Formats: sequence, structure tokens, C-alpha cells
Amino acid sequence: MTFLKTSVAKKVAMAISGLFLVLFILLHLAINLTLIYPGKEAFDAAVEFMATNPFIQIMQPILALGFIFHIGMGIYLEWNNRSKRPVKYVNNNPGAASSLASRNMIWTGLFVFLFLIIHLLNYFVPFKTQDVPDHYALVTGLFKSPVYTLLYVMAFIALGMHLSHGFQSAFQSLGTPRQKCHKFLVCCGNVFAFLVAFGFSAIAIYFYFN
Amino acid sequence: MSTINIKEGTPLKAKIPQGDLAKKWTTYKDKIRLVSPANKRKLDIIVIGTGLAGASAAASLAELGYNVKAFAFQDSPRRAHSIAAQGGINASKNYQNDGDSDWRLFYDTIKGGDYRGREANTYRLAEVSGNIIDQAVMQGVPFAREYGGLLDNRSFGGVLVSRTFYAKGQTGQQLLLGAYSALNRQIARGKVEMYNRHEMIDLVVIDGHARGIIARNLITGELERHSAHAVVIASGGYSNAYFLSTNAMGSNATAAWRAHRKGAYFANPAFVQIHPTCIPRSSEHQSKLTLMSESLRNDGRIWVPKKLEDAKALREGKLKPTDIPEEDRDYYLERRYPAFGNLVPRDVASRAAKERCDAGYGVNKTGEAVFLDFATAIERYGKEQAHLKGIKNPSKDIIRELGEKVIEEKYGNLFQMYEKITDDNPYKTPMMIYPANHYAMGGLWVDYDLQSNLPGLFVIGEANFSDHGANRLGASALMQGLADGYFILPYTIGDYLADYIREGKVPTNTPEFDEAEEKVAEEINFFINNDGKHSVDYFHKKLGKIMWDKVGLSRNAQGLQEAIKEIQELRKEFWKDVRVPGKANDYNPELEKAGYVADFLELGELLALDALNRNESCGGHFREEYQTPDGEALRDDEHYAYVAAWEYPAKPYERYTKHVNMSDAILHKEPLIFEFVKPTTRSYK
Amino acid sequence: MKLNLKIWRQAGPNAKGRMVNYKIDGVESDMSFLEMLDLLNENLIAKGEEPVAFDHDCREGICGMCSLYINGEAHGPDRLTTTCQLHMRKFKDGDTITIEPWRAKAFPVIKDLIVDRSALDRIQQAGGYISVNTSGRTVDANTIPIPKKNADMAFDAATCIGCGACVATCKNASAMLFVSAKVAQFALLPQGRVEAAKRVQDMVAAMDAEGFGSCTNTGACEVECPKGISLTNIAILNKEFLLAQAE
Repeated sequence: MTFLKTSVAKKVAMAISGLFLVLFILLHLAINLTLIYPGKEAFDAAVEFMATNPFIQIMQPILALGFIFHIGMGIYLEWNNRSKRPVKYVNNNPGAASSLASRNMIWTGLFVFLFLIIHLLNYFVPFKTQDVPDHYALVTGLFKSPVYTLLYVMAFIALGMHLSHGFQSAFQSLGTPRQKCHKFLVCCGNVFAFLVAFGFSAIAIYFYFN
Repeated sequence: MSTINIKEGTPLKAKIPQGDLAKKWTTYKDKIRLVSPANKRKLDIIVIGTGLAGASAAASLAELGYNVKAFAFQDSPRRAHSIAAQGGINASKNYQNDGDSDWRLFYDTIKGGDYRGREANTYRLAEVSGNIIDQAVMQGVPFAREYGGLLDNRSFGGVLVSRTFYAKGQTGQQLLLGAYSALNRQIARGKVEMYNRHEMIDLVVIDGHARGIIARNLITGELERHSAHAVVIASGGYSNAYFLSTNAMGSNATAAWRAHRKGAYFANPAFVQIHPTCIPRSSEHQSKLTLMSESLRNDGRIWVPKKLEDAKALREGKLKPTDIPEEDRDYYLERRYPAFGNLVPRDVASRAAKERCDAGYGVNKTGEAVFLDFATAIERYGKEQAHLKGIKNPSKDIIRELGEKVIEEKYGNLFQMYEKITDDNPYKTPMMIYPANHYAMGGLWVDYDLQSNLPGLFVIGEANFSDHGANRLGASALMQGLADGYFILPYTIGDYLADYIREGKVPTNTPEFDEAEEKVAEEINFFINNDGKHSVDYFHKKLGKIMWDKVGLSRNAQGLQEAIKEIQELRKEFWKDVRVPGKANDYNPELEKAGYVADFLELGELLALDALNRNESCGGHFREEYQTPDGEALRDDEHYAYVAAWEYPAKPYERYTKHVNMSDAILHKEPLIFEFVKPTTRSYK
Repeated sequence: MKLNLKIWRQAGPNAKGRMVNYKIDGVESDMSFLEMLDLLNENLIAKGEEPVAFDHDCREGICGMCSLYINGEAHGPDRLTTTCQLHMRKFKDGDTITIEPWRAKAFPVIKDLIVDRSALDRIQQAGGYISVNTSGRTVDANTIPIPKKNADMAFDAATCIGCGACVATCKNASAMLFVSAKVAQFALLPQGRVEAAKRVQDMVAAMDAEGFGSCTNTGACEVECPKGISLTNIAILNKEFLLAQAE
């Protein structure tokens, strides 16, 4: 853990854990899309796969650790960074130099975290503890609540914002981008962020109206 | 002839070694005394200033093993004004194979200085110039390179070879950061104690030797005593005596002047350099002038209109420079000096600009500006690039675009700076430039060892009276600062210190330290308690106006005599009526300035006196009475081939109680002997 | 033009500071921002008040001495500009301008608008150099050819003036842009490679010890940097840091 003592190493750890979570989100999005196309059967098969595949079983606790680390470290860094400017500016115009998303990673992150807890309570806990007869119905049923759907959509907009900065930032922290590469990664990050925000939200809205 | 009586003192000897010019330095180095590593640890050295000379000296001395204390008035050694040098640094590497050599660099420098410099020092400078480049490259200084990966060179004023190494328009910055990194390495080792935001306000002399300083902590206002076995002054030049100059706001002559007050002679103060390519002044509130590197004259062509009515229309804004056809433009430098054209030395270019403007051809509102035009260069480079890229029959726009790119690569930051200040785009419309005060060739007198007449006091860089004679060539200041600091002082100081290895630490509780601290405190308290009417700047601006009008680009006996009288009056008024707000024991920039201006008010008079004494024209010193029929400088080698070193005419601490007449200064002459070159009339035609 | 100024006044390091309002008349558009403050100070001295203390020196944008957080931005609203090169033509008659010192734990206020930036020097002392003696007796400068691209990139990194705007503007008060500029300059040159691993580790450790925040790649530093030092340098530092760990 001595490696993690320096600020740069902490960033690297944030980047690696973040990119790991990005993979999970991709997988999650792919599974969710099966709700709409091909439909129920495919979704059920995917659920079955997730529940039984041994590799996935091994990855589950690692994923959980990844979440806990990313969130915990994120909160620590934010708290620590705030202490580095004890006297605030009377007049500050940060919008002139940086994006809203980049400055509010802690808030978008915390909001997604909050949603994650609700999501776990609503879906993952029953999934693990009870014998859910119909996963498709459980998932789509949740979207009948306007409050839940709204929360869901907002959470994924927040996640989109988080990713729009986080994706390219992770590569920057790992020291990859040089001039041209960096632009490409920023572009990738934005596309990915949009897909995540739009993809998840669209599914929720689709089931709310159908 | 001047009517004043100058008191003459004993002539000075510079300790120049005998023998062949090219071998003097090597032979001398082989023979001077060394101090053993064990004894170096017992010796303390104070270095004032952390520019190129100071930082390189402090780093080198610490590396040798001496205990160094370095002082800077800024918040970091990296901010010294060497950082603003733009164009480059000369070295006789002959990488371009254009016939350069140590001799040629020496010869160009001594000729450029109008034969008012010392042969031996100048040759030594040329001799070590190549090592500076080697050193800097090893330190990671990112000089400009060619595509083959080797170092690039460009040409500067007054020479016919390309020997100038550069890092875009930020060469001074890069070299200073190199010296600063060497200094940091020694600070980290604990061999240099760095005192930021401190300034030297007095020199402590014990038994005729410089043995310490009184410094003021600029944050707390506290006076501190620092002792050492030798004191090195590397505090830069005194151009700010003119108020408006290209120096930094904080650049001052205080360390040098206070040493002068304590007995060190001040040499050739009249030799100041007025740089031809500065951004013209725009308003009364202007606080400083900004230089545009001389390197721009490589590609820029200087002109004014041929017709007076065009110049008038330009001044009134009725005509744009691009409206004036080629045949109506007077490229006066190319006309007057076909061999060197736009690359004549600085003094020649400055006087020529003033001559045209005085004749009514000035091109801006104030009538004090000429054009520096890049259109020809943009076209030339554009065509070259189009050819390289294989573009057949390129359009004018493409040539322009390609050419502008080349110019941007070479001078991008300068063009950007120009646009920020003037709101004009120099790629599209010619720049406007005018001469401004820039560099002081004069300074504290030193011998071949860089030691002043006060033993133990060494002076390096711009602060000494230097190797540049009456005019410094472009890209030579960086060379001299680093040569002194890295390669010359570290040797010569040992010869002096060898006598003091048994002395032990110099105590600071001696009567000499007591007196110095008490007296400078008195002067500080005088400022704080003086219930005057005018701010320090009020006096500084008035002094600047006298200096620029009467002791500036061209001088005459009558004007100089008037200047001396006016400065004396102004000084009396200053001591009566200066107002310094704030407290003595606090951060107080007005108090710092009061000290600087008090010193400039004396230095200014000495400068005028030196100019009045020197009845000839040479280099930067142009006396209207002494010129050839076509307006070139007329030297008088028979009577004035000497260094004029002046002795302070009063006791050190009298000035705020009693009027000190600088015109009573005592002149010590150091004859200049030319064994190896024959002084000729400089011709750049 | 006439302006309303709101300026941070603080008598000393431990004194309590506050914003003070001043009115100023007769400002010309050709003046630099600091010349405007000179004018204010002349007025204050004439009235017997203490002038506003601010850092400045070369006034040509290269020494890095001037600072000032103007209207919520480091070095004011203009890009690629130090405060001394900011001109009043960027403002309008009747504008209100707020002027504050750099704010960071590592940059304590000394007086009014002056802060202590010696932390930046100490980071450089930790490793911002190539350990060669100053003898000049190294090798001939042209013995080491350096690809022009690398030399140019090293130069661009080396143009950092150490003003601290990156720290002032960063929401985390991080000094990464400053540190990375020096690390990258040397990492790009063969002379600097010899000590590259140790340098990046030492400089990062010094940066952390001085109390700067950590970088979250918001990119504000690059935008506000008067010399346009690129974020690429931070990526280079990160890479160098990882390589150093692997060694």
C-alpha cells in the first residue's frame, strides 16, 4: 500500500477502478438492452447466465470491491482536496476554464451511488435472497412507478456526466494520451457517456409508457 | 570643451597577465593559487542577485565547496531580469562553418564596443563562450534545433557570421532556468542558503576588505547582518535611472551603489545602451518599455516614408503603412549601411531611428516610431516553403500563409506579446518600434580577476563595467553573465580567498557591522518620518525625463551641464519632500523604491558627469560636438582611450543630512592598451 | 474610464482580511492592469492611505512574479496572458472588478494580494535539475543530437514561468501542471533520462508534502496558464511515474 501514498498513485488507482466499472456498465447495458430486443427470453437467459456462470460469481465480489474502492477513494480525495484551499475566493468563475462535469464528479458520483443503493435494494437483494419467479416482470414492473423511473433517468444522466469526464480522465491519469490520442479518447468518452445515459434511460422510459 | 574641473586620482591597474592574447587565460589559471577542498568548507561567500551571473556563480562556488549565501529581492531566484532576455547567446562554436572563431568573436565584440573595452577580458569571454553552450545543453536547456537534431544558429547585429544560439524568443529564460536548476541542486545539498525577498542595503568593509552586508528582509523589514570572506555583487544594471527602460520594475542599482559609497569605484557610467527595437511609448502612465528582440532585425526591414506628407498622414491616422508603395519607403539602414543593412549594431540603429524621427518622419501619434516590416520575409519564406512542399505556382494567399507560419515558428511569442500590448497584428501590418534604455555597459570597476578596487568585493555580469566597452553587441549579455559566473569567478576568487583559510568565521558583532546597521536604519527612519508632499515615483519620473532628454541617445556639453544642475536640485527636493507611506518594519515597497531612487539620483548625476568628461563619441555615448560630417561617431583615442573609474566624493552616510555634490567625484583612469588589435573607425558601410 | 474595484486587503499573514471597495477614474484603455493599480496606489498615497501591495517585476509577461485573481479568473479574463500583459481595453467604463490573491493552502497570504509561492521552489529543489557539475567540461553540445520534435516539446514545457496560476485556478489547488512541465521537459531529453525515475518520484513527493491537492484532470490549469502549458505534460508525468514504480 506504500504505492498508494502519493497523489499520483491515488489517481492511477481511481483510473483503474473506474475503467473496471466502465466494463461492468457496458455488460449491464448489453443485458438491459435485451429487455427490448430480442425480448423476455433473451433477458431471462442472460439473468440465468449471470446467476450461474462461475467466472461471473468470482467477479461479483471483485466488482463490489471495485465499487467500494472507487467510491471510498473518490470521497477521500474530494475531502482531502477541499482542505487544500481553506480560504475560498469571493468571486470565482470556474466555468470559464473547466466543464461542469469535471468539477462535479463527487456529486454525480454520489448521486449514482445513492441510486445504486436503491437499485440494490429493489433488485439485487431480492435477486440474491428470494426466489424471484420472473425477473423480466420484476425489472419492467419497477418502471411503472413514475418516481422510480424519474430517479432512474436522473441517475443515468448523472452517470453520463460522470463518464463524460471520467473516461478520458482515466486515460490521462494512466499517462496514455498524447496530443492526437487525447482528442480521440475525449471523443470516445463523450460517445460512451451519451450511449450509457441514453441507453439506460430509453429502456426505462420505454417500459414506463408500455 | 567642458568647463568643469575634474579631480584626478591615482591611475588603476587591471592585473592583466602578460603574454600571448590567446594563452593569457590558460597560463593565468595554471598559476593562480588554489584552495583545498577541506579549506573551501571554511570559507563563506555572499552572492547578491540570482540572475545569470549570480545564480551560475552561486551554484558553481557551492559546487566547489564554499559556503554560499545567495540573495534575491524577488520571491524566487528564477525571476531575476535575465529571464527577459529574448534573442540568444553568442558562442564561437563555428557550427555553421562560416568562418567563426574565438578571435573573430573577440574582434567583433571589441570593435562593436568601439574600442573602449579591455582586450584580455574580451578575449577570455570569447574563449569560454563555447563551454557555456556545452554546459547549458547538459543542463537540459532546450535550444532551438534543426531537423537533423543539431543546434540551430541565427545572426545578430554587428557581425557577419551566425553564432547566436537561441530558444525561440526566450533564450534568457531558458538559460536562467538552467542556472536556477544548478542553484537548486546546491540549495538541496545545503551548500547554498537562499534568501528570497531580501535585499542588500549596505556593504560592510573591515580593514579595507569587503567582509559582509546588511540585508533587509523585505517581508518583515528586519535588518540582518551577514558576514563572509568575500562578497560577490551580481545585481544587474542601472537602466532604471531613466525611469522608463526595458528593465524590470524592481531592477535597481542599490547594491552596486552602496558598495560604491563604501569605496568601490564606478566605471564608465555614461556607457548605457539604448536598444533600437522597443515598443514605442503610448501614454503618460506607462510604467516600463518592452523590448522586441534584436533577432527580429534578421527578418524585419526598418523603414519610414520618404515623403514628409506621408509621415504626417500616418501620424494622423489618415494613411495605413500598407498604403505606402515600395518606391515611397525609405529603408534608411539599408540605404546608409549597405554592408550590414538592418543588422548594424544597436547604437548605430538607435541613432539612425532618432535621426529620422527628429527630421519629422516618425510614424505614430507621438512621432517617435519607425516601422519594422516583415512582409518581405514572409514572402521569401512562403515561396521557400511552397517550393519545399512542391506547390507549383502558389497563390499570394498560400505564400503568405506558409510564410507567416515560418515567422510564427521563429518569433511567435514576440509577435503575440506585441499584439497584446499594442492591439495591432504584426503579421498583417508592420510593427512600430523606437529606441529605449536597455542595458548598462558601465558599472563597478573590476580588474582581470573581476575584483573591484575594494579587496574581497567581486562584481560580475551587468553590474560590473564589463567587457563590452562602449556598446554591447546583441546576444553578448547572456554570454558574459554566464562566463563570469560559471567559468571565471570560480577560479579567480580562489586566488583571493587562499589568504584567508585560517581566518575562521567573520564575526558580525564588530563596530563596522554596528555602524552600518545603525546608519542604514537611520536612513530608513528618515524616509518613514519625512513628512513630504510627493511620492517616490514623482521624483523618479522627473529624473527619468532629465536623463532621457539630456543624457540619452545624443548628448552635448550644454545639456549635460544643465542635467547636472537639474539633478542636483531634484535631489535636494527629494530629501526635503519625499513621502513614504507605511512602516519600516513591514512589507513596504514604497520604502524599497525610495532607497532605489535616492541612489539613482546620485548615479544619474555621475552618469552625466562622466558623459561630460568624455569629449568624444563612442558606441552608446554620442556627443553631438564629436561626429563626422555624415553623422557617425568620432572617437578620440589619443585622449580618451581609458576607463573612467569614479570615486564617491563624500563619506558613506552623509547624503540625507548634507548635500553631496557628485561632481566632486574623483576620476581614476585605467589606460586601455591595444596590443593585439588596432583601433580603427568602426564602419558598417 | 471609471471603474469600481473590490480588492482584498490584509495587513499581514495572520491578520484578518476583507474586500475593500475603491473607485478609480482616468483609466486609459492602453494601460496595463498593473498600471491601473499603480494609478490607484498613487491616489492612495496622495490621500495618506497605504497602497495596495501586489507582486510584479518584469511587466513583460516572463518573470512570473505577477499574480492576481481577477473577476474570478487567474490573470483575468484574457487567455495566454499574465496580469501585467492584461490591458484595460478588455474592460468597459463603469465595470466592477474584483481582485483577490491566489488562494491555496500551500500559498499563504503575506500581505494584501501577495502570496508566498516558495513551495514551488522547494519542489524544484527536490529534483528539478540534471545533476551535472558546472565545469563546462562536459561533451561538445552537438554530440547529442535530439529530434527536433522532442526538443520543441521540451521547450514548450520549459516555458513555464512558475507564476502559480495553475494552482490558483485548480479546484483542488493542485500543482500538477507546474510539476509536470519540469518533469516532462527533462523526460523528453536524453540528458534528462538518466535521472528520470528518481526525479519524478522526488518531485511528486515534494509536491504532496507542500500541501497541494491532487489532480482530477479538469483541465482548468491549461486554459488559465499564461504560457499555454499543455495537459499532455501531466500525462507524461503520470506515465513517467508509473514507469518509475516499475523500475
